[in-house]
Amino acid sequence: MKFLSEYRDPELVDAFLKEIHRITTKPWTLMEICGGQTHSLVKNGILEMLPANITMVHGPGCPVCVTSVSVIDEAIFLAEQPNVILCSFGDMLRVPGSRKSLLEAKAAGADIRILYSPLEAVQLAKQNPDKQVVFFAVGFETTAPANALSVVQASLMQLDNYSILASHVLVPPAMEAILSDKENKIDAFLAAGHVCTIMGIDEYYPVAEKYHCPIVVTGFEPVDLLQGILMAVHQLENGECKVENQYARTVQREGNLLAQKTIKDVFTVSDRIWRGLGNIPQSGYEVNEQYKNFNARLKFNIDIPIAQENKECISGDIMKGLKKPKQCPNFGTKCKPEHPLGAPMVSSEGACAAYYHYSNTDSVLV
Amino acid sequence: MCLAIPGKLVEITAQLDDTFRTGKVSFSGIYKQVNLCMVPEAQVGDYVLVHVGVAISKVDEEEAKKVFSYLKDMGEVEELEPNL
Repeated sequence: MKFLSEYRDPELVDAFLKEIHRITTKPWTLMEICGGQTHSLVKNGILEMLPANITMVHGPGCPVCVTSVSVIDEAIFLAEQPNVILCSFGDMLRVPGSRKSLLEAKAAGADIRILYSPLEAVQLAKQNPDKQVVFFAVGFETTAPANALSVVQASLMQLDNYSILASHVLVPPAMEAILSDKENKIDAFLAAGHVCTIMGIDEYYPVAEKYHCPIVVTGFEPVDLLQGILMAVHQLENGECKVENQYARTVQREGNLLAQKTIKDVFTVSDRIWRGLGNIPQSGYEVNEQYKNFNARLKFNIDIPIAQENKECISGDIMKGLKKPKQCPNFGTKCKPEHPLGAPMVSSEGACAAYYHYSNTDSVLV
Repeated sequence: MCLAIPGKLVEITAQLDDTFRTGKVSFSGIYKQVNLCMVPEAQVGDYVLVHVGVAISKVDEEEAKKVFSYLKDMGEVEELEPNL
């Protein structure tokens, strides 16, 4: 556990903690959505400082963790086509597919490049007119504008050798899927600040109302998280279910309208299979009809059977808040960051990897 | 990879067309070319939140510095380093 003096704003951390302890009278379970928030909560030892009555569970907000086995298989299929350069964010390379990972495909000779931005992939396509360049476009609403913009740029540059494998996921439908699960234990959500920087907060009002669930848009630093937790607990103790914005210094209610327009220009909302959660209707983005020439699934006629997930990985129960990483029999034994059975052990934003690296807590669900 | 990182816009490098408006952004000394089409109001000297090569909002200087130093402590700015 950290000493208070190690935090950037120790007085604020102390004040929020005292207030959370003071007002908490009942057991509550809160879920943070974003993997960056999970990483921060665990690495900064915040879980151990909360009242015993407050249980934090860690939601599906890490694109590395929720991209399905079948989509990884699609990316590997593309990477193994002749004359293709597959570009990806680095975090995706170690995620296991049904037979292998992208890293293993790369080791076997596939041309797979790790890029910082999809816009670099557009430049790569321009520089390599005799190659087909495919960008593996994963991510939540935060990443969708950049991936959409890459398609707009490639279209304006009349590049016929650029396409994307879209595997976008959306936060509000996932929250609804979790809240409508018959075993749901979540009393309140901390929504992801940067997702809302793009999308604004209006789409959360119907969710809060329908499920009587407080939703607090929250940042990812310790003081942000503690303030978000305090705001959520305050609502719960008072029987309220409002949408509140803890992260107003970055999140405007309407979001970034130009970013939203870019998303709408290129993508259409589609069903999406999430690793661990299964198919969630209308929970993803796919390239729309207007830009279909930039859809790698159509360009390469991908037709890969839907793969089964590794049954030894309990990531679905973890991302629904039903289990904690250390309740998995394979945690730290058969499943480690070097040899992940499932995606939450791969990236530092995955709940299992965060617990593996930083946490001494043995807390389990009450 | 899902967090946005604040940096200072030090130069506009291309503005032929809104879609390609690009600037050089300093992340505490690491420079990246960043697309600016979603923050048309951003000018040289402003701080912007950048996610995978695209600026998604302006942010004030004090907040930018605080957040950057926090992200650095957390190991979240490694994606900015070349040739990872």
